[in-house]
Amino acid sequence: MHKVYRRIEQIAGNVVMLEAEGVANGELAELTTPRGTSLAQVIRLDGKRAYLQVFAGSRGIPTDAQVRFLGHPMEVSFSDALLGRVFDGSGSPRDKGPRLGGDQIAIGGPSVNPAKRIIPKNMVRTGIPMIDIFNSLVESQKLPIFSVAGEPYNPLLARIALQAEVDVIVLGGMGLKHDDYLFFRDTLEESGALSRSVLFIHTAADPTVECLMVPDICLAVAEQFALQDKRVLVLLTDMTNFADSLKEISITMEQIPSNRGYPGDLYSRLAARYEKAVDFEGAGSITVLAVTTMPGDDVTHPVPDNTGYITEGQFYLRNGRIEPFGSLSRLKQFVNGKTRGDHRTIMDTMIQLYAGYRETLEKQAMGFRMSDWDRKLLKYGQQFEGRMMDLSVNIPLEKALDLGWEILADSFTPEETGIPSKITDSFWPKKSAADEPKEEEEEEEEAAATA
Amino acid sequence: MSENIGKVVGVNGNLLQVAFENPVIQNEVAFARTGDLRLKAEVIRIRGRVAELQVFEDTAGVKVGDPVEFTGDLLAVQLGPGLLGKVYDGLQNPLIDLAEQCGFFLQRGTYLPPLEADSKWAFTPVAKAGDVLTAGETLGTVPEGIFDHRIMVPFSFLGKFEVISVVAEGEYRADATIATLRDAKGNEREVTMLQRWPVKLPITAYAERLRPTEPLVTKVRIVDTFFPVARGGTYCIPGPFGAGKTVLQQVTSRHADVDVVIIAACGERAGEVVETLREFPELTDPRTGRSLMERTLIICNTSSMPVAAREASVYTGVTLAEYYRQMGLSVLLLADSTSRWAQALREMSGRLEEIPGEEAFPAYLESVIASFYERGGVVRLKDGSLGSVTIGGTVSPAGGNFEEPVTQSTLKVVGAFHGLSRERSDARRYPAIDPLDSWSKYGSVVDADDLRAARTILVNGNDVGQMMKVVGEEGTSLEDFVLYLKSEFIDAVYLQQDAFHAVDGATDAERQKFVFGRLVSGLNQSLGFDDKTQARSFFQRLTRTVRDWNRAAMDSDEFKQIEDTIKKMVTEVATYA
Ligand SMILES: Nc1ncnc2c1ncn2[C@@H]1O[C@H](COP(=O)(O)OP(=O)(O)O)[C@@H](O)[C@H]1O
Ligand SMILES: [Mg+2]
Repeated sequence: MHKVYRRIEQIAGNVVMLEAEGVANGELAELTTPRGTSLAQVIRLDGKRAYLQVFAGSRGIPTDAQVRFLGHPMEVSFSDALLGRVFDGSGSPRDKGPRLGGDQIAIGGPSVNPAKRIIPKNMVRTGIPMIDIFNSLVESQKLPIFSVAGEPYNPLLARIALQAEVDVIVLGGMGLKHDDYLFFRDTLEESGALSRSVLFIHTAADPTVECLMVPDICLAVAEQFALQDKRVLVLLTDMTNFADSLKEISITMEQIPSNRGYPGDLYSRLAARYEKAVDFEGAGSITVLAVTTMPGDDVTHPVPDNTGYITEGQFYLRNGRIEPFGSLSRLKQFVNGKTRGDHRTIMDTMIQLYAGYRETLEKQAMGFRMSDWDRKLLKYGQQFEGRMMDLSVNIPLEKALDLGWEILADSFTPEETGIPSKITDSFWPKKSAADEPKEEEEEEEEAAATA
Repeated sequence: MSENIGKVVGVNGNLLQVAFENPVIQNEVAFARTGDLRLKAEVIRIRGRVAELQVFEDTAGVKVGDPVEFTGDLLAVQLGPGLLGKVYDGLQNPLIDLAEQCGFFLQRGTYLPPLEADSKWAFTPVAKAGDVLTAGETLGTVPEGIFDHRIMVPFSFLGKFEVISVVAEGEYRADATIATLRDAKGNEREVTMLQRWPVKLPITAYAERLRPTEPLVTKVRIVDTFFPVARGGTYCIPGPFGAGKTVLQQVTSRHADVDVVIIAACGERAGEVVETLREFPELTDPRTGRSLMERTLIICNTSSMPVAAREASVYTGVTLAEYYRQMGLSVLLLADSTSRWAQALREMSGRLEEIPGEEAFPAYLESVIASFYERGGVVRLKDGSLGSVTIGGTVSPAGGNFEEPVTQSTLKVVGAFHGLSRERSDARRYPAIDPLDSWSKYGSVVDADDLRAARTILVNGNDVGQMMKVVGEEGTSLEDFVLYLKSEFIDAVYLQQDAFHAVDGATDAERQKFVFGRLVSGLNQSLGFDDKTQARSFFQRLTRTVRDWNRAAMDSDEFKQIEDTIKKMVTEVATYA
């Protein structure tokens, strides 16, 4: 029924061009060579010429390869049978399971009508104090983890996925190391979460183009689950690989790059994916956590930079910890007023004092004299880093808030923290080392509060 | 209308190449038909017998050979009563109506009328038979929320028109004829409450343009006092992500002392518009006691919505602003973010394979930005009343670096620059407008001498602060140290403002004048301290007290009490040399 073509006119990068008729923009084709079959997608039409992006790459493609147009855009099958399964970047099984039939759904569908969105309201608890207290994750949030290569971003992602109370986990791997793929799969399996997860994995060994489909497939599947009233968590790692594949294709298509080789539409392309995060009025939700590795630890690099403009905050992972400075959950204020009366106080105070600690460290490094106040800050900062920031700490929010008071009380008097007395009266730990009589020293405490 | 049909010969992203035979018009609207969809597009370049069209939708599925209908009309908006309170996309599609019809997702090719033609309005005639009028003059009015919405001679009517008849006072449908006019050649034209205007052309149906001089009070202290905005002026807010551009605009959209606010959410997060959308109807406008939504109009073309419509959205916004200006109202247009609009231009320019300028932006970027901001202004209307459009646009520079084309082109044309700094937002010093880099060409709400004095303290105090980082406190003289504390004090109690506090979040002009005057006169006194510790502790106590003062309503007893406390505190350390 569909016409077959056997004459490729041009091969450049991972894009082939042939003359064909009645081809639609975005349509899928099957490209068959003696080595096997790959999917390809129409990315440009120019008169009779159709340009196709070949998912398996162009290596080894003969000019007489067989090209058969399928008459539909990229689709993925959707049913509950997806759960527990692992697929590759073009949607074929990567595990030993069967190919899936069922409903075919288009990927990269239209955007949600803003009028149908609601203001997010539910906190996603992670057991990580640096998130739960300081930058609460919120259902329907889109949030990247900005990280340097070598940081434990994948374990962090896995941990959040396991602790978060969600119905479905969709994991998209782009350029994932095979070991990391196995790590995710095994971790999900061991904890029993695999049965509510579906994985679309493109590994570093797979053809680059295939990684371009991963976010769209994941999000299309997530959208279907969410419409069925499910709370879905989508994990994407690593979006920088996705952006690099975009770069590659756009250079092949001779587009003029805007910034360090990336195409001018990088922002729109990333936004089209991230904006799929949503809390549907009257149905489920999609929360997106995505790793963005920062080449050269440079946050002004086009990928993290454009991402930061799109997402609702970011977690900075540095030295194995989530940095309190630079990390931001733009949605936290929707949820942290409803948890416990002291949540915002602990959040603000501990960060301000920690900023004071960092300043003191600088002063110390410059060889300036340390005051009493400086010494208190040093003690506090070390405790904060060791007992709160360390990623191995895994406690519920309420325990973490209690711990916060404990750390404060270990180093300061209530007045020194600058917290209104109404709040310290009810939350300050009853017995503590620092609770001894003291003279009027209130002056210094505010140095910290306003620092 | 005669059918003018072309044929698709190429598809590249949202750019179509269309072969045509009959004449086509640059910038006319066309519809590409694919399957049973009609996708809206605009002609943006013509070469030989091929027109290039930017499509306002995803072009998936479009085939070579698909027919394209040329409409002969430029991209235009519908003007008339009922616009306020609406939420439109960049092409003026009503999003709430779309949601009712299509559900959760936006559907390509579905376009709904922006205003209901059958809505009824209570019309009161102003003009009478025999009057001779020109475009923009009032035929009658209808009440729209808190305003008298003027029904005017359509802006597209050239020359003089004699009024033949105007309907009597009463309820009429928006699309009913309310007046009949006759032009100089004797042609009769019927006028309804609705008219259309092409978005890329400014409305110029006024008597004259004036210089913006009157302050537009935003109730953000650092803005009104230090970097003011004028009614009919223009300003920009560049800043890295997370520095507070959107929050600053949200706060302004609530508190600004204007009649109408138009929010153009251009290519950024949908969630942020949802906040406005869901909260404004619940909030009361202190000026009118009515819901804030009644004075607000939202153009929402967020980042995942079609890119070409994003480009249109700022023009849609400014055209609607000009329309309300024609009614003698003061309108504020807030665009977040103009960089996304510039990027939309860049995407299209790339597809057209134009010779790129810096960072691949098109060479005409600067003139496009300039002519957009030029649409702001104060005008004297033909009836003598004044109307204004004030434009504030955020800029999202790549890497937070202001040395990039969009920021630089914008700075050349605007009247005020509110530069947000990462350093200040990291230190949670909100609003994070940099007090040393920012500037404004407009007049402040406070006394000029006070302002000069405070500026001097800020600049010199900052110098001391920089120096202290090198030489430490030990190496700084007491006098310099006090100067530093003074600048930190102004920063903490005046520049910084808690956007979410009911009282502190909005400081009106009267209060700014009063408080600022008090603070500066206190700081102008020579203050005597024995040592740095004493000085620091004094300013810490003063800071806390003034912050409490900021949180007390001006007409409260508490305000008076704290004012006295502050006076006493300053007198205690003042030396009368
Ligand atoms: N005036 C303010 N007061 C308190 N917090 C603010 C203020 N401005 C910004 N913030 C904080 O910074 C975050 C980012 O602000 P936003 O305006 O969205 O930044 P931008 O638009 O520049 O990316 C907000 O979610 C909020 O947490
Ligand atoms: Mg913003």
